[in-house]
Amino acid sequence: MEATSRAFTDNAHDALGNETLQSALGKMRTGFPLARLITIGRLPEFEDLREQGKAIKDHTLAHLDYYLEAYERKVEAAGGHVHWARTPQEACETILQICRSVDAKLVTKGKSMVAEEIALNDYLEAHGIEPVETDLGEYIIQLRKEPPSHIIAPAVHLVKAQVEAAFRAHHTSLPPDRQLEEVGQLTDEARAVLRQRFLSADVGITGANFLVAETGSSIIVTNEGNGDLTQTLPKIHIVLASLEKVVPNLEDASTILRLLARSATGQEFSTYTTISTGPRRPGDLDGPEQYHVVLLDNGRSAMLGTEFQDMLRCIRCSACLNHCPVYATVGGHAYGWVYPGPMGSVLTPKLIGIEEAGHLPNASTFCGKCESVCPMKIPLPKMMRHWRERQWQKKLNPPAYRAGLKFWAFFARRPALYRFGAGLAARLLRRWGGGKGKVSRLPLAGGWTAGRDFPMPEGRSFQGLWAEKLRGR
Amino acid sequence: MEARDQILNGIRSALKRGALDGAAAAEAERRLTRPQRNLIPARSALPPAEQAALFQRIGERVQITFSNVAGPSDVPGAVARYLADNNLPAELVMAPDAALDTYPWDAQKLLSIRRGKAVDGDAVSLTGAFAGIAETGTLMLVSGQDTPTTLNFLPDTHIVVLRADQIVGPYEEAWDRLRRAGGGAMPRTVNFISGPSRTGDIEQRIQLGAHGPRRLHIVLVEGPTPPAP
Repeated sequence: MEATSRAFTDNAHDALGNETLQSALGKMRTGFPLARLITIGRLPEFEDLREQGKAIKDHTLAHLDYYLEAYERKVEAAGGHVHWARTPQEACETILQICRSVDAKLVTKGKSMVAEEIALNDYLEAHGIEPVETDLGEYIIQLRKEPPSHIIAPAVHLVKAQVEAAFRAHHTSLPPDRQLEEVGQLTDEARAVLRQRFLSADVGITGANFLVAETGSSIIVTNEGNGDLTQTLPKIHIVLASLEKVVPNLEDASTILRLLARSATGQEFSTYTTISTGPRRPGDLDGPEQYHVVLLDNGRSAMLGTEFQDMLRCIRCSACLNHCPVYATVGGHAYGWVYPGPMGSVLTPKLIGIEEAGHLPNASTFCGKCESVCPMKIPLPKMMRHWRERQWQKKLNPPAYRAGLKFWAFFARRPALYRFGAGLAARLLRRWGGGKGKVSRLPLAGGWTAGRDFPMPEGRSFQGLWAEKLRGR
Repeated sequence: MEARDQILNGIRSALKRGALDGAAAAEAERRLTRPQRNLIPARSALPPAEQAALFQRIGERVQITFSNVAGPSDVPGAVARYLADNNLPAELVMAPDAALDTYPWDAQKLLSIRRGKAVDGDAVSLTGAFAGIAETGTLMLVSGQDTPTTLNFLPDTHIVVLRADQIVGPYEEAWDRLRRAGGGAMPRTVNFISGPSRTGDIEQRIQLGAHGPRRLHIVLVEGPTPPAP
């Protein structure tokens, strides 16, 4: 997809004024965090499991080449095939080739963020193959021709009337006077329409939450069962996964699975966790005849050994999105590319370049909530700070921003001058405020005061109080 | 091969080393050939009867329904009763699994049974299970010649017959049983199932029966004593 991350500020501004979006976001602000709190409250070992999950991923990343080779051997031993792809282009070409080998016309898809990352649907469509998303949220946004706004709840930005409109516009063979106002009616209609697609698809493509080196298995986690119908009914099952998804063994996968659903939707365990190993076995009555894994790098291997390596622990649970005050205010589309929220602000500049996405790491209040809820303990704010440093070094910030920061830095390096200047500014502000507690207008800060009042400095400065406290000891 | 080698070499140079060898390689290999358990939550470390009760309690929280029966001879009757109580047809497709032959299906004259995989239009399926995992009220089903996966997903109603002695505590115990059963080889598919299919994709309102079964019913044999009427 075309990135619009450069326009984050404008996107965010539009999002704030979009009443439908604000109403949709209002429903998610409390739902996921509350459910998470309740389930982790029932699991006293949760904190220790986080430590172990982190250690498992750190160990795997430090031995990534070993585990990937071991994984590949096991997949092949089970009758599957592993295809390595350095770039989105290579991954798309490989998938197209596999589809063409059976003259596929229709491909069903389970939810996959990596497929969004490589823009697989556009590629398949351009080559005459129809991809059909089968996760309800993904299906809705596919009909609306828009990207997901959340990594596990892709249509979270929509209200049901918008879903109804999309279904009426696309399901034209159904009676126009049918009842379709209720969420249950919408879900039933999607079930009926997609059931026929499942049954007629030639190829099923899923992502993977984990790849298991011990057994050569891929694991998907869903609630709808769409991933299972996608991978069970067609002749071919293709797994599209990025290479950091590998873990050593089933015990390691189990530990991280204990963290995943609880951090994501607040479930004890997702409804369906499915472990797939190779194609159907001799004598099996169902299952795919071929099993392929497309392993995508797309810059991830180059993150090893850098200050961004920790990001490769991410298990895409979305806890950081669900708890982010910025995400909850502007929604996912404002971020302008595939991965929104704090994890996206760290990952996107790596995947599409800091020139395109350099502004995203600024889309944070650094409140630290994302890191505190991350099951993999990824230091997201620290990594956003790394990006801000790089953005500064590359001179990518706007001139006024740079000038302002340099102006501040000049004083910050001269403490006496800083105290004098800050005291002067405080007195001037108080005079400007004319004795009021806050003002609605401030010279040079119109953008800031457009949405909020500016509080006037009261009493004495922090530095003054601090110095007094030290003297008083 | 070019892409493969370039990616693997890229990883090694980023990690500032060559291919893994010596003690590090031996440790990684141990992790593959002799997997060790990590921390296991204490909640399922219970005597068998209490594990079965925990399994049922958590399962009911995620909308699984249960029939508790005293012995194998009660299973067909419980299935027929469940179908009648829910206004479902007395017609089902059953896994061609020998373990299910131990139940006296002939006693239910009105029950029409086909053995095989599920196809479009099948309303009710009946399967056994490989295990039940008490920790999260999760069923474990594995694919094989006699246990086709489509039964678990295509029909609107999925009935599972589970024996109390198949219930284990954590996932790790189920892995051990699976490794023993398959001699280390994995079946094509292992399904962990915790309730009927659901979605919250429209306005975060949970709806059952998104794509998979709308109802998941477990006939638990020799499990917790049924509550007095």
